Amino acid sequence: MPEIKVTPLGAGQDVGRSCILVSIAGKNVMLDCGMHMGYNDDRRFPDFSYITQNGRLTDFLDCVIISHFHLDHCGALPYFSEMVGYDGPIYMTHPTKAICPILLEDYRKITVDKKGETNFFTSQMIKDCMKKVVAVHLHQTVQVDDELEIKAYYAGHVLGAAMFQIRVGSESVVYTGDYNMTPDRHLGAAWIDKCRPDLLISESTYATTIRDSKRCRERDFLKKVHETVERGGKVLIPVFALGRAQELCILLETFWERMNLKAPIYFSMGLTEKANHYYKLFITWTNQKIRKTFVQRNMFEFKHIKAFDRAFADNPGPMVVFATPGMLHAGQSLQIFRKWAGNEKNMVIMPGYCVQGTVGHKILSGQRKLEMEGRQILEVKMQVEYMSFSAHADAKGIMQLIRQAEPRSVLLVHGEAKKMEFLKQKIEQEFHVNCYMPANGETTTLFTSPNIPVDISLGLLKRETAIGLVPDSKKPKLMHGTLIMKDNSFRLVSPEQALKELGLGEHQLRFTCRVHIQDPRKEHEMVLRVYNHLKGILKDYSVQHLPDGSIMVESILIQATAQSEDQGTKVLLVSWTYQDEELGSYLTSLLKKGLPPTTT
Amino acid sequence: MAAHLKKRVYEEFTKVVQQQQHEEISAKKLRLTKPSKSAALHVDLCKATSPADALQYLLQFARKPVEAESVEGVVRILLEHYYKENDASVRLKIASLLGLLSKTAGFSPDCIMDDAINTLQNEKSHQVLAQLLDTLLVIGMKLTENPAVRMRLLDVACKYLTDSSHGVRNKCLQLIGYLGSVEKGATKETESLVTKDVQKIIGDHFNDQDPRVRSAAIKAMLQLHERGLKLQQTIYSQACKLLSDDYEQVRSAAVQLIWVLSQLYPESIVPIPSSNEEIRLVDDAFGKICHMVSDGSWVVRVQAAKLLGSMQQVSSHFLEQTLDKKLMSDLRRKRTAHERAKELYSSGEFSSGRKWGDDAPKEEVDTGAVNLIESGACGAFVHGLEDEMYEVRIAAVEALCMLAQSSPSFAEKCLDFLVDMFNDEIEEVRLQSIHTMRKISNNITLREDQLDTVLAVLEDSSRDIREALHELLCCTNVSTKEGIHLALVELLKNLTKYPTDRESIWKCLKFLGSRHPTLVLPLVPELLSTHPFFDTPEPDMDDPAYIAVLVLIFNAAKTCPTMPALFSDHTFRHYAYLRDSLSHLVPPLRLPGRKLVSSPVSPSVTPHEDPSQQFLQQCLERVYNLQHLDPQSTQELLEFTIRDLQRLGELQSELAGVADFSAAYLRCQLLLIKALQEKLWNVAAPLYLKQNALASAAAKQIMEETYKMEFMYSGVENRQVVTIHHMRLQAKALQLIVTARTTRGVEPLFGMCENFLQEVDSFQRCFISELPHMQDSFVDKLLDLMPRLVTSKPSEAVKILQTTLRQSTFLHLPLPEQIHKATATIIEPAGESDNPLRFTSGLVVALDVDATLEHVQDPQSTVKVQVLYPDGQAQLIHPKPADFRNPGPGRHRLITQIYLSHTAWTEPCQIEVRLLLAYNSNRSKASTRLSKSTWIDSMEAVPPSEYGIEGTIPFSKSVKVYIMPKPARR
Repeated sequence: MPEIKVTPLGAGQDVGRSCILVSIAGKNVMLDCGMHMGYNDDRRFPDFSYITQNGRLTDFLDCVIISHFHLDHCGALPYFSEMVGYDGPIYMTHPTKAICPILLEDYRKITVDKKGETNFFTSQMIKDCMKKVVAVHLHQTVQVDDELEIKAYYAGHVLGAAMFQIRVGSESVVYTGDYNMTPDRHLGAAWIDKCRPDLLISESTYATTIRDSKRCRERDFLKKVHETVERGGKVLIPVFALGRAQELCILLETFWERMNLKAPIYFSMGLTEKANHYYKLFITWTNQKIRKTFVQRNMFEFKHIKAFDRAFADNPGPMVVFATPGMLHAGQSLQIFRKWAGNEKNMVIMPGYCVQGTVGHKILSGQRKLEMEGRQILEVKMQVEYMSFSAHADAKGIMQLIRQAEPRSVLLVHGEAKKMEFLKQKIEQEFHVNCYMPANGETTTLFTSPNIPVDISLGLLKRETAIGLVPDSKKPKLMHGTLIMKDNSFRLVSPEQALKELGLGEHQLRFTCRVHIQDPRKEHEMVLRVYNHLKGILKDYSVQHLPDGSIMVESILIQATAQSEDQGTKVLLVSWTYQDEELGSYLTSLLKKGLPPTTT
Repeated sequence: MAAHLKKRVYEEFTKVVQQQQHEEISAKKLRLTKPSKSAALHVDLCKATSPADALQYLLQFARKPVEAESVEGVVRILLEHYYKENDASVRLKIASLLGLLSKTAGFSPDCIMDDAINTLQNEKSHQVLAQLLDTLLVIGMKLTENPAVRMRLLDVACKYLTDSSHGVRNKCLQLIGYLGSVEKGATKETESLVTKDVQKIIGDHFNDQDPRVRSAAIKAMLQLHERGLKLQQTIYSQACKLLSDDYEQVRSAAVQLIWVLSQLYPESIVPIPSSNEEIRLVDDAFGKICHMVSDGSWVVRVQAAKLLGSMQQVSSHFLEQTLDKKLMSDLRRKRTAHERAKELYSSGEFSSGRKWGDDAPKEEVDTGAVNLIESGACGAFVHGLEDEMYEVRIAAVEALCMLAQSSPSFAEKCLDFLVDMFNDEIEEVRLQSIHTMRKISNNITLREDQLDTVLAVLEDSSRDIREALHELLCCTNVSTKEGIHLALVELLKNLTKYPTDRESIWKCLKFLGSRHPTLVLPLVPELLSTHPFFDTPEPDMDDPAYIAVLVLIFNAAKTCPTMPALFSDHTFRHYAYLRDSLSHLVPPLRLPGRKLVSSPVSPSVTPHEDPSQQFLQQCLERVYNLQHLDPQSTQELLEFTIRDLQRLGELQSELAGVADFSAAYLRCQLLLIKALQEKLWNVAAPLYLKQNALASAAAKQIMEETYKMEFMYSGVENRQVVTIHHMRLQAKALQLIVTARTTRGVEPLFGMCENFLQEVDSFQRCFISELPHMQDSFVDKLLDLMPRLVTSKPSEAVKILQTTLRQSTFLHLPLPEQIHKATATIIEPAGESDNPLRFTSGLVVALDVDATLEHVQDPQSTVKVQVLYPDGQAQLIHPKPADFRNPGPGRHRLITQIYLSHTAWTEPCQIEVRLLLAYNSNRSKASTRLSKSTWIDSMEAVPPSEYGIEGTIPFSKSVKVYIMPKPARR
């Protein structure tokens, strides 16, 4: 039985460190290669020794696919390719390829320069790793080798995020990466055609959430920011450098312009400028509005947003600061948070998901006293707000995608186990497909029944379709032919040709059956009666009375011989080849019923 | 007429004989070409050596039209070649030509139908087959009245439905859709049997393997519906299955079909699959179409969103679900109220995404009640309004508008969503939602926070948006006095930011004030900044913001008698001033102790006949009785009346159109009388060369005036057109007489005479039905004298004309019901700037032009912009059709850019910009009555009866723009 095997090395019933191994029809593909935010030890990278203990990874993997540039999806890539060792192709979209190294470099700097870790990948390794990357376009089918092909679909989420379809023969798997089904201020919605894959591997970050309309969210967000600024408070918005940051920037920028506000907006990271440059370039990946208006003004050229300097944090008066990283677990956002936490006029807005163990997660779950490094206790007086701005599909969005793609089974990753459980139940109930949610290291196997293509000679096809009624595409049709399996290929040919090819003589198989009929009359009279009888019944067939006293029904021969002992009983010999089995047996059963009484 | 003329000419002048011969020859030629068309084609096709050649010939042939009578011959020849031809592409072209030919007007294609059907039999190529079926469709469309033909074609179509090519099947289905019998309950039973068959046949192809055929089948079904055949309800379930088709065009068509069925059988009951409950069909269809609003293809989404708007029979709770995304109830349980309440409760499991951790799993819930996909209508509009494509969003807003108009409770609910849409990133969407809001505004009252969002849009940089918003505020209900204050503050802010919005803002405040007098009342002291003890300084009367405040207050005071007590002295003075200067914005108020302001148009006296209307009638009657007066007093009376009418037009804006129109007519008459009173007529010809300047100028002026009368007024009816044309005819006669007297020699007169007689002839033809009304008029007499005129020499004819013109009576101008003069005001450029617009000579500068047009019909084709340079050079600019907007009935707005360029000037100078109304006398109402033949050949045969005079009428004041083209720097 052909099967597809899926093993998450990361992101199985978990968020972070996305890394999923898929074996499909003998091909092994690794989907994403991320790091985990919550850990600083070995657990931050997927356990690549699972793939092989001592051999080269290249021998075991046919390709690696990176869905988008977030570190939890590509953070382990240089480690994997340079330190563990992988030389095969790595696929990602053009924007991902452009932005990914900036983030990796930033990540490396924080880990090595700030935390002083050794045995970490170097800048050169990032560069070497990126050399192995093959960039793909949307909807471009890339042949990895003769059998394996991949194709990217738009996924929303962040610039350049893509869903990938992996196909070998008629078996296929779709991996969604992270995606967003509702368009936002700078990206469109994820879209996939009805590709009916055998398996859809979907993220499920918001498996139990159905979000409000985005306009309400935006309005709430702007209102909160505006109120705080008018009060003279400071607003801290922890973001990851890329993705939501740009979304919120566009939102605030247009709002500031409209309301003519003067309070400064700062953006904390130097790398943003570089990344914004790419946002300006990859206009085709953004939403309809930006694509249509960039000729007049590129929306990513901000007027109100300036670069942040560390000294600004102590300035009096209102301000809005975007600071990285987004979960308040380290870096500048944490520093600013410490400074401002004590004042109840200030506000922190968490625009997205926070992994367990981070400061962000703690304050959101209501902790007001935090233990910082060095046993300090930090009291949080500032307002803590949560606005779901992360560009993941909500429960309804996930269902919508499943409906669009119509997969034969679904596998959930990148989410919390409890929430997945709920969604799994829903999917099974509403689509009547199997749904899996393996944990890390757990292998899910599903059996497929792939179609096996067989070549048929045109002559045979035409001949066979000519027989019988009009072809009806929806119904299976019975055909006679010989299946030849040779050199790993299948061919359906006519028997004659098969014989010729195999150099065999043709044997005819004939069935002959005797039918006893009680009839006192002479032979030829009886034959005539039989002939008339058959002619009366088998109107659609050609029934012939041959001069030698036998009857031909199509190719079936009926002959009458007199029984020597009993003059009253005549014996009919019915003879047919095995091709005419159907008609032949019908005839004999017909004849066995006897002839109708004649009216003389 | 022309024949008479020719005869006469023939008698007198031998020269002209040749001319006639020439004409005869040309006529012969024409006759020769007719049969040659098919013959030439035949020869050409025989000559063709290769299929490519033959194709070329056919293509050339297709460019020329064929007369109805020779179509059949051509068809025969084509068919002959068709049978001989081996190349499929040539056969295809022939087949398509057959279709084109059978469309020829006046040709009945039944004679070629048999041949066309016969050709089908031996055809092997699928493409040619499809084309032939298309031809049959054309033939069938021309012969829809003939049931036998239809039956025959249907048979053919059904036969070829089994073809393996999708193109052929497509065409067959199309044929069935267009020709399937519609007569229901016809006399014979067989007829109804066929009716049933048609739907079944088409229905069978809903499952065709080819998506193109599937969509063609649905379209054929829709076609049947359009032709009036009642579709059977059984199709509904089939159509529902098609909604999940793989191909978007099928889904899109299926959505339409479902919509049609839901309109046909709204009340029938359908079962819900997987349960044993039933709901109304329209509700079910509504749910299904709502579902399609989240389809993968945006084409389908647009289609679905559009159709939702017209499903007004849907139950209200389904309707309200469309705005609710969190309510996860499924259709099945919707029937009982307590179950619904329970579901509402259990759906709380979902997190809103606004608060962290509110999605922590609570107690185990009945998951069966929570349905993520099949809930259909749930949140359809929420999805539609935040769709990625603005086309979908606009469609959703439109649908929302239509549904809200029919359901007040829904209107109340959708308000929040509409207000949200005011912040959409695409301007068109914002505009559309503002318009939508205006349309439903009588159903709603804005809350303060909603008003806040609405007013924020006033700062939008787009003028269209701001003006749409002003219109919206005109008819909005505001609930609190804070709301009014907020609106006023924001509008004033808008005024300072965009001073050009002045008029629009004042108008907006006028309505805001008159709608909410009680809310304005407590604000008055603050707004007027009056103080109980101290006198405050008198505000500047010319300040637009102050005027805006006053407009609001005065309009509120109209229905609130206590308000004037709060006014200070200068307010009353300002009232008197504004009432005079901005009478359309400031209503009459009954102010205590100030009778001079309130009395004149107080509502106490309301006679049925408006006095000014009466006055107008009296004026005109006075004039029409004037035959019996002596010429001198006639002139005086006319002059007085014209003056009266003009003044009336200025005073009474609603009568302006009528007054101006009548005045223009009287002016024409006055000019005519004056011209005829000239002494010159008694003087011998050579002596009055100088004096006649007046007469010919009068003739010219009358012509101009008549064109203005005909084209500048909307609402002119046929009666008036006749009178105007009659006046023009008189002017032409005058012109002819004057020329006859001044020019020496007779030869140039011939042409003029002939022309004039042709004019009279065409006048008679155009207005034959109106002639009885024109007793004793110029034309009436002229027609009596026609035989004499035709046979007499030009000099005599002129004499006859002169006497007729002098004897003829003044024709009464019947007044139309509604008549409006086309006017235009250029708002921008304002023409006040002292700073010249500088640009480098040889390059181009763009000048923004903004103008309002009133009562202009079809402005896209008639309104032009004219630029006059100081050197007398004039430039005519045709604005793009997209530059015209239509903010209200009879009103248009032209916002365009014109490009100026000139060689270098030494100093800045002013150019003039004005709007012109272009007209073409061929397009006039008179000529539309002439039958127009479609073929070019026939048009050539008949010379245009009335040569089209094209001209322009300036209808706006010209605005001066200071410009300075600088020499280019080297």
